[in-house]
Amino acid sequence: MADPASLADRASELADQASALARNLDLLTHQLTTVQTTPAVVGGPSFVFELTVFVLAVFVGYYVVWRVTPALHSPLMSVTNAISSVIIVGALIAAGPLGVSFAKIMGFVAVTLAAVNIFGGFIVTQRMLQMFQKKR
Amino acid sequence: MSENLSAFFYLIASVCFILALRGLSSPVTARVGNIYGIVGMLIAVVTTLLTPHVVSFWLIILGILIGGTIGTFIALRIQMTALPQLVAAFHSLVGLAAVCVAAAAFTYPELYGIGVRGSIHGSSLVEMSLGMAIGAITFTGSVVAFAKLQGLVTGRPLVFPGQHLVNAALGALLILLIALFVSTEAAPAFWLLLLVSLALGFLLIVPIGGADMPVVISMLNSYSGWAAAGIGFTLSNSLLIVTGALVGSSGAILSYIMCKGMNRSIFNVVLGGFGTEGGTVAAGAGVGDRLVRSGSAEDAAFIMKNASSVIVVPGYGMAVAQAQHALREMADILKKEGVNVRYAIHPVAGRMPGHMNVLLAEANVSYDEVFELEEINRDFASTDVAFVIGANDVTNPAAKTDPSSPIYGMPILDVERAKTVLFVKRSMASGYAGVENELFYRNNTMMLFGDAKKMCEEIVKALE
Repeated sequence: MADPASLADRASELADQASALARNLDLLTHQLTTVQTTPAVVGGPSFVFELTVFVLAVFVGYYVVWRVTPALHSPLMSVTNAISSVIIVGALIAAGPLGVSFAKIMGFVAVTLAAVNIFGGFIVTQRMLQMFQKKR
Repeated sequence: MSENLSAFFYLIASVCFILALRGLSSPVTARVGNIYGIVGMLIAVVTTLLTPHVVSFWLIILGILIGGTIGTFIALRIQMTALPQLVAAFHSLVGLAAVCVAAAAFTYPELYGIGVRGSIHGSSLVEMSLGMAIGAITFTGSVVAFAKLQGLVTGRPLVFPGQHLVNAALGALLILLIALFVSTEAAPAFWLLLLVSLALGFLLIVPIGGADMPVVISMLNSYSGWAAAGIGFTLSNSLLIVTGALVGSSGAILSYIMCKGMNRSIFNVVLGGFGTEGGTVAAGAGVGDRLVRSGSAEDAAFIMKNASSVIVVPGYGMAVAQAQHALREMADILKKEGVNVRYAIHPVAGRMPGHMNVLLAEANVSYDEVFELEEINRDFASTDVAFVIGANDVTNPAAKTDPSSPIYGMPILDVERAKTVLFVKRSMASGYAGVENELFYRNNTMMLFGDAKKMCEEIVKALE
């Protein structure tokens, strides 16, 4: 009954299965680690969250701007122009790393352009507002 | 600085920007508002400089120095009459900056944590391409607006056959390219998209005439905001998103107010082709055979001196002639004579929203003497003299009576109700809309032909 040949066969079969199992386990652990790391890459706030912020800000803008007196529409325009140059935030990050790259040059150009706007916009607004005085 | 901390400071900056706009609800609080804006910007810049990504400062400092010097110099030197073109030029810079940031994000996405070159996240690609397209349209559109306002090109609408078809085709191509770029992330699609957007911005503004510039500037103001918001989405930066939304809605509201001031839809303005930029006398309208009463500065001085109330209606002609200071001098003498002098401002007077208010403020006119159309229109009936200086279409009664007129339905200042109407004008030429103003021929109208500034100075002399 205990045929040595068939026994050996059976043993080698089991060994094969064990090694396959080990390989599977390896693959599984590898998958597990990659699954854990991927969310960190996607990261950051979700699009829906950003959209929420955006829509709420549009409403805030809507109500605030309707309250601006028509006499001050020119300063409104120059000050919104100045604050939209907050895009400099993105430019600073592009110009920030070490070394030279195309992105860094783009960042430098954007920083310069935005700086013209920030200084120019706020100063010209201040000049305008200085004129709006009640006399006597 | 940790990510949470910088997000917190960005929030403070956003609140500062909201307060800056809030301050503009009254001239009393406006200057404090502007300070809030400056503080907000300072917080935003310093916070960004303290993030771990930013390690090399020399280029940044150089950029801020160059840009800051140019900006300060321009802002201190600019004449208030040149404000509209200045604002247009500034809008173009925001647009171009948005394009640069988008290009940086595309070529070096690791900087912003939106993926690696060749596999940028899909949503970031959409936002990036939109931000860049709007930025590019803002850029070339504002350059055209600047050239028109500065007089580098004619303010007349430039139209060519098939214009709308070309624009529509470009618009379709734009959408196609965005779709292509998002699905393939191919560099050629990105740069082609940039080119198409630049062309579109140019072609969109070219057909719009000079006096529609208040709408155009407001619209570009709005675009620059949406471009900033688009970049904000790309970089997942809530400060940029909030600011972009604020500016975008502000510009949109101003465009709406300007369109309402002309009783035209935004589509009508954007499609362009309206207006003649003055100069041409409406042909064959029987100009020659109707009697016009023209007077001298002495006549005008006499009439106004004996009036008890005068309402001044300034228009773009006053800005062109730089007449605001002479006008204020005239008003000062009249006030000393016991005449009640007020100013009435039409919403679309001038070349940008609130343009006239700034010029009058520059000439030291107290803002409580300056009124908007709705505030003062009823008072013309009880006023002795309406002194119209450099305005035309905004006083034309055809807007109320003639349904076939191109300006029909536009709210106008009811100067014809005043006992006497004085028109300071260089000639009998029609206004921007190319419509004749029948007020010129009325019995109670006196035309004062000449340069607005010289006329005011002569009236001042005659009053003294």
